[in-house]
Amino acid sequence: MGDKPTEAAAPAHVSLRGVTRFYPAENGKLHALGPVDLELRKGEFFAVVGPSGCGKSTLLEMISALAPPTDGTVEFEGRPIGNFVPEGVGVVFQENACFPWLTVVDNITFGLRRLPVASGEVERRLRYALQLMGLEDFAKSYPAQLSGGMRQRVCIARTLVTQPRLILLDEPFGALDQQTRLLMGDELLRIWRATGATVLLITHALDEAAMLADRVAVMSSRPGRILEIIETGWPATRDSRIVSDPVFGAVTGRLWTLLREQSLQALKPHPTP
Amino acid sequence: MMRHAMRIRLYRALAVLIPVLLLELMCRLGVVGPLVMPPPSRMLTGLAALLASGAISAALLKTFSNVLVAFVLAALAGIVLGALIHRLSGVRRLLEPLLSTYYAIPIYAFYPLFIVVFGLGDAPQVLIGFMLGVVAVIVSTLNGLDSVPPVMIKTARVCGMGPMRTAWSITLPYATPYLFTGVKLAVAYSFIGVIGAEFIMSQSGLGYEIRFAYDDLDNQVLYPLILLILLAAVLVNMTLDYWDRRLRARRGIQA
Repeated sequence: MGDKPTEAAAPAHVSLRGVTRFYPAENGKLHALGPVDLELRKGEFFAVVGPSGCGKSTLLEMISALAPPTDGTVEFEGRPIGNFVPEGVGVVFQENACFPWLTVVDNITFGLRRLPVASGEVERRLRYALQLMGLEDFAKSYPAQLSGGMRQRVCIARTLVTQPRLILLDEPFGALDQQTRLLMGDELLRIWRATGATVLLITHALDEAAMLADRVAVMSSRPGRILEIIETGWPATRDSRIVSDPVFGAVTGRLWTLLREQSLQALKPHPTP
Repeated sequence: MMRHAMRIRLYRALAVLIPVLLLELMCRLGVVGPLVMPPPSRMLTGLAALLASGAISAALLKTFSNVLVAFVLAALAGIVLGALIHRLSGVRRLLEPLLSTYYAIPIYAFYPLFIVVFGLGDAPQVLIGFMLGVVAVIVSTLNGLDSVPPVMIKTARVCGMGPMRTAWSITLPYATPYLFTGVKLAVAYSFIGVIGAEFIMSQSGLGYEIRFAYDDLDNQVLYPLILLILLAAVLVNMTLDYWDRRLRARRGIQA
């Protein structure tokens, strides 16, 4: 369907090799994830879906240096990720991460003011983010006065102004209603096109993954491994209207076929090791 | 909306005014004798005269500065200790039952001990005010820090902030409305502690002046002084309450 990513030979923007994660548990260790091998291409929109508890969020935490892998390596732009979130990586979480004591403007510029960025440039990026996220009328509002969708826009804007080359999204629309989710998906696609950033979206919503991503990785139930990576083949100019395209149904259907078995397993009461 | 708020304010004013007017009437009619209580209007004019004469200026200064010292110490120590206890979960498990029974202890019983240890100056009075207030601040600091969602800490780490910066720029501001509950209590407790201690064994201050007037059955001084303390406590608490409500409204926290 045109516009296929062609740079297969280019070095990976993010690469995970043999990444494994164990959690300390009551008796011994809990094998949560891996081993996972994964390469994200520069500028692609990549989604990860999997049954609940499969370690998708852990995967994101390891790329953003919030949790170290027990084994294996994670590299961003050719450099291994250490104890700190690398420059050029932005993260948006599912929970409301707005600072409730700050106005929308102060929330958005919070991270930026910690970076060596001139105040004129801060102002310019702020204006751009406010406009891109449709927050101009709420610049002086406090998060408590905003809806859930608006708050998530503020969090996305806060990440955008740092001009990340890699945007990590951990179920960013999980707390929103279905219509808002579709519209936020459109916004995400617009941002992705406008910034050229690589996007990694963690989600449990198959339709969200099928509509937004260039490639979707399907994970197994715990310990999470990547079962298969599906290419959606959407053009870069797509938006939420593709949900009425028969191909969307086919892609979602394939994802579900892969996931059904895994989700059933995740539902079973399994003895904790 | 506005009219509703105005009406509530009117009713609230009436709830205070009507009993005061009733009292005034009963005093004037002799239902309440002059040896028991002067009419409220007389208390007010007496207070004005007392303040104008300068007879209680030194006592006022002493009491209010001691309350201020006790409160500031309780607030600072409470927040620092609360933050420390929050970090050390073992210490917290140890102390939590003690903290919750703390206010069952009649601290005034220790006043003689404090005098033996700290002498007859202001120190034992300030100490009582401090001791009454500090635990309320510790408890509310613990509650406040508990209320900080993990995603705030994660966000701080994504912004590359260390533990000190996180505490100062994220955790404390987030916990402020919860802390404020303890700070408000600390103000009230500082008043209670300091004035109560003056009442028992001091040679100066408002509490002492009240006791002195009481011993002399000097109603012209006794009641204006009680009124003064009442007004001061109400004024301070209403101011704090106003800030508290504004803070909570901005954050969308239900009272």
